[in-house]
Amino acid sequence: MPEQLLQQIVNGLMIGFMYSLVAIGLTLIWGVMNIVNFAHGDFLMIGMFTSFWLFTIFGLDPLFSIPICFLLLFILGIAIYRFIVSKVMKGPMLAQLVVTFGISIFLSNLAVYFWTPDFRLISTTFLQGTWDVGGINISVPKAIASIGSVITSICLFLFMKKTKTGKAILATEMNRESALLMGINTERINSLSFGIGAALVGVAGAFLSTYYYIYPQVGGLFGTIAFAVVALGGFGSIEGAFIAGILVGLAQTLGGFYFDPSYKYAIVFMIYLITIWIRPQGLLGW
Amino acid sequence: MKKFTTKQISVTGITLLVLLLFPLVITQTYIIHVMILVFMFGMLGVAWNIMGGYAGMFSFGQAAFFGIGAYTSSFLVVTFHVNPWIGLIAGGVVAAVMAAAIGYPCSNLRGHYFAIATIAFGEIVRIFFNNWKLVNAAEGITLPMVNESFTNFMFHSSKLPYYYIILSFLLIALVICYFVAHSKMGYYFRAIKESHDVARALGVNVVWYRLIAIMISAFLSAMAGTFYAQYILYIDPESVMLLAISIQLVLISMLGGAGTVMGPVIGAAILIPIAEFTRIWLGHKGTGVDMLIYGFLITLISVYQPQGIWGLFANIGKKKNG
Repeated sequence: MPEQLLQQIVNGLMIGFMYSLVAIGLTLIWGVMNIVNFAHGDFLMIGMFTSFWLFTIFGLDPLFSIPICFLLLFILGIAIYRFIVSKVMKGPMLAQLVVTFGISIFLSNLAVYFWTPDFRLISTTFLQGTWDVGGINISVPKAIASIGSVITSICLFLFMKKTKTGKAILATEMNRESALLMGINTERINSLSFGIGAALVGVAGAFLSTYYYIYPQVGGLFGTIAFAVVALGGFGSIEGAFIAGILVGLAQTLGGFYFDPSYKYAIVFMIYLITIWIRPQGLLGW
Repeated sequence: MKKFTTKQISVTGITLLVLLLFPLVITQTYIIHVMILVFMFGMLGVAWNIMGGYAGMFSFGQAAFFGIGAYTSSFLVVTFHVNPWIGLIAGGVVAAVMAAAIGYPCSNLRGHYFAIATIAFGEIVRIFFNNWKLVNAAEGITLPMVNESFTNFMFHSSKLPYYYIILSFLLIALVICYFVAHSKMGYYFRAIKESHDVARALGVNVVWYRLIAIMISAFLSAMAGTFYAQYILYIDPESVMLLAISIQLVLISMLGGAGTVMGPVIGAAILIPIAEFTRIWLGHKGTGVDMLIYGFLITLISVYQPQGIWGLFANIGKKKNG
């Protein structure tokens, strides 16, 4: 029994790291411009398909397509911000909420149009098999993805704290007017944050494509969970999203283990509702 | 409460007359079906609008109330042979109680926080019904065939009775919305929408009025749910509790004009036929083109017409009069 439990904890941690990586990009966008990006899950889907096609056509291993996914999603994110999102920023809040829903439906069905709704899988990569650590099975691609998630999160954290651009993003997040007065081009920061947020989830897509099914609607599930993760961690808090992602992963697998696996997502949303009831600003929000 | 002008009364009267005579002139079953959907989604939009457009609580979980209404009456019909009209009221009450239970803890949440909380609520309800053996879990409920009559809320030979029933439901919702909007309560709602703190400072009981808005909205949505169940005669969680339905209601209200009485009806009258006809012309190949257009349309509306179409009409009307 303890071995089984330990196995569940390991599984929960590994899925949790993935949620963290999906959520930090979302929380960045949310924190900087107060926009809920409902198309975030679909950015993830595009990252996964990019990695899939690079593998299928050029035989490029998903690990090497990470920089390509990063760049592609970065450009896509900036384009979507420039041409669509920036135009509703001054509009009513309802339009800000709805516009990314439109983008989400558009992107996922564009994928259906081009690639059919079929499920695909990348079969032979560098990363295969499982490690056996003291009776606990650790899937290699999941372990590598977890490590990748931690490294990416640390990189983002350092970027925000150490570079001038990162500090400018943080300043804009804290107070837009003051940042503007200090000579920060907040419009540029907006589009940059949207680009980075999308690029991060592109990286998540590349990692996820090594072991998860790739299909046009894959973003729905991950996107919805990412909202719960972001809100749980505190809107705009990168550390918060990282920790909350791991908590959600653990809650999901342990909840499924102790109660009923079919309720595992309901448990996640339940925890989220209880948390914002007690602490509306989230775990690490202010 | 202001008096109606003769112009308003005559426009309303003529519109009603046209709608009453419409199915007698145009008898294609499919057109009638689309009209029924327009009225139903118009009603759901009006319900959304009371809490979203007036009180500023943007709900993305409205399908939960719709589904609870559908499930309550259907469950009562199948298990206890309760008349669906009683089930209609019961469903409304259950939905309103659920709304209060979820609305109270969320009463301090604003904006995005509230929106995400409603998504979480809607998903919990859907997952729960998908696994709840008592209501057949994912299999759904098929309503038993009985003799057609108004009392049984079931008609086989023609869609006309359904048409008139949902039209009168829509009118009830509109009348409720009109009175809410033009009463003191409506002003409280709008004050809360502008700012919780200011409303509270002026002595408005924010928590209480938010709860009332949610409960009215849930009750009306549940009524539409029972209608849907009696009309389609089959429900399952994936057809009545999907997030996509909740989103569609938000779109309908926004397109027509959130915070206006007639807005959601206009929105439904535009969006539902477009959705239905693109689905028929383009959707059968399973290529997703219909949804592609739909997504594009949403994006376009949010960018270029976020104030809704009703505002456009009102402006033109004012200019003509002025």
